[in-house]
Amino acid sequence: MVWVFVEESNGAAEPVALELLTKARSLGSVTALFLGPESDAIMAELGDYGASAVVRLSGAGDHLPAASAAAAIAAHAEEQNPSLILFGSTYTGRDVAGRLSVRLDRPVIANAVDVALENGAALVTNEIFGGTKIIKTAVTAASPAIVIARPKAFTPESAGGASPEVSELALPDVGHAGSAIVTDRHAETASGPKLEEAEIVISGGRGIGSAEKFELIEALASKLNAATGATRAIVDAGWVPYSKQVGQTGKTVKPKIYIACGISGAMQHLVGMKDSDTIIAINKDPEAPIFDVADLGIVGDVHTVIPKLIEAL
Amino acid sequence: MNIVVCVKQIPDPANPYSLDEETHLLVRPEEQVLDDTDRYGVEVGLQLAAETEGTVTLVSMGPAGNMQGIRQALAMGADQAVLIDDSALRGSSSLTTAKILAAAITRNGFDIVIAGTESTDGYTGVVPQQISELLNVPALTFAKKIDVDAGRVSINQQTATGYNVVSADLPAVVTVTAGVVEPRYPTFKGIMAAKSKPVETLSAADLDIADTDAGQSTVSVGAATEREAGLKIEDDGEGHTHIVEKLQELKVI
Repeated sequence: MVWVFVEESNGAAEPVALELLTKARSLGSVTALFLGPESDAIMAELGDYGASAVVRLSGAGDHLPAASAAAAIAAHAEEQNPSLILFGSTYTGRDVAGRLSVRLDRPVIANAVDVALENGAALVTNEIFGGTKIIKTAVTAASPAIVIARPKAFTPESAGGASPEVSELALPDVGHAGSAIVTDRHAETASGPKLEEAEIVISGGRGIGSAEKFELIEALASKLNAATGATRAIVDAGWVPYSKQVGQTGKTVKPKIYIACGISGAMQHLVGMKDSDTIIAINKDPEAPIFDVADLGIVGDVHTVIPKLIEAL
Repeated sequence: MNIVVCVKQIPDPANPYSLDEETHLLVRPEEQVLDDTDRYGVEVGLQLAAETEGTVTLVSMGPAGNMQGIRQALAMGADQAVLIDDSALRGSSSLTTAKILAAAITRNGFDIVIAGTESTDGYTGVVPQQISELLNVPALTFAKKIDVDAGRVSINQQTATGYNVVSADLPAVVTVTAGVVEPRYPTFKGIMAAKSKPVETLSAADLDIADTDAGQSTVSVGAATEREAGLKIEDDGEGHTHIVEKLQELKVI
């Protein structure tokens, strides 16, 4: 039995959850642990992707749910003893998985790109060093294994499953640990396609020179109906918001075309974009590691190449 | 206020990382650096200490080496450090790491524990949450902004679509993203002062932690299928035409 933690996002299941359900159903019978409001549509979606049962974690209200959700899942796991509990690498997913590992006194393996069950024990695959090495880790602790998978590690495929059996699990009061409360919510106004879903992504790195020059990236993106992304270096520098960050810390993207502008290709960045179908790089430094993964590399200054490219489109 | 900042010494990310062939553990040179992401946590700690006449204690686990990374954080202005260096802890799981750090934090006492969201070398991103569960306090993660007032901490928490304002009474664990503050550079005076600041080195046994079994073991390490480098062209003023051709070939224009 495999459990998959699922969050709600804009009235649907979080995309990574559908990826995990697709993987999970190849490993055994699947129960989704759903954190979110009651929704028949989401229940049907979870069934469609392979969950035969859904346990709805209810009652979080405006509290940060991680502490109480971990307590509820731990108690339920001790009763049911699943082989594996899968989380997506989301903000809440990591918070719940970390706390759950303490509750169950089990390790948690993060950043997985694959997971198998061999005689009931989990074998987890990770990519390290910017995706240049593959490392396999066996969980030797007793089940359940707790694994956090990277987004886009698995391709979501509908199984055409029936509506799942739904039960409720009320989140318990865990006292001070569960007392953090959300008092206000702000959504950034996003324009253009979503970074994780766009077919074309144009990203900028330190080589663009300044925060103002990100306009070049945006101008090129609007020509190609692309999403814009960024490296950690320029997010840390405050040039663009964190929501644009592509990499190990940040988003994983797999677009048809990724255009890296003024990006050297640090391991931290490569791991988030190296599985793009086609990579095009523009960088002044001919030795930049980004050229090692680029299908087409232009050794040149982004400030001259991009304006000409925009002109030609 | 008693402020604890979790920090980590890591091999300089400017150099390629490698694994020891026998142990499969990351090769850690004698000279390691302060994880860049920790500079933000140290800065937040120092600012809170200045506001509240508090103290900043660094808590860290890993091989001491020549302590350059710890000294970097002390040079920024932290008051003291506790470092748990024990060969039995090499290759620890995140859970064992969290147990060790939580035990050291409990021993020190704390009002707030500040950490980065994840280390640059191991990047599991779960240790602060594990610590919060072990300490039985709330974890306010991914702070883009942090305020402490009258025993309550409030943060702007990064979300997929923007941010939420989240608050809780202290004690609490807070993880900070890069960009939450502008970390200061150590001054010459700070660097000199860091040399004589107290650094306590402990073993797992000093913290009464006997079980250091990771519960996980590496079974294989292999090379990933490498993506082949394609065409690399020097821009002679017409470099952009190659991109146009590629986009045409891919039928997006």
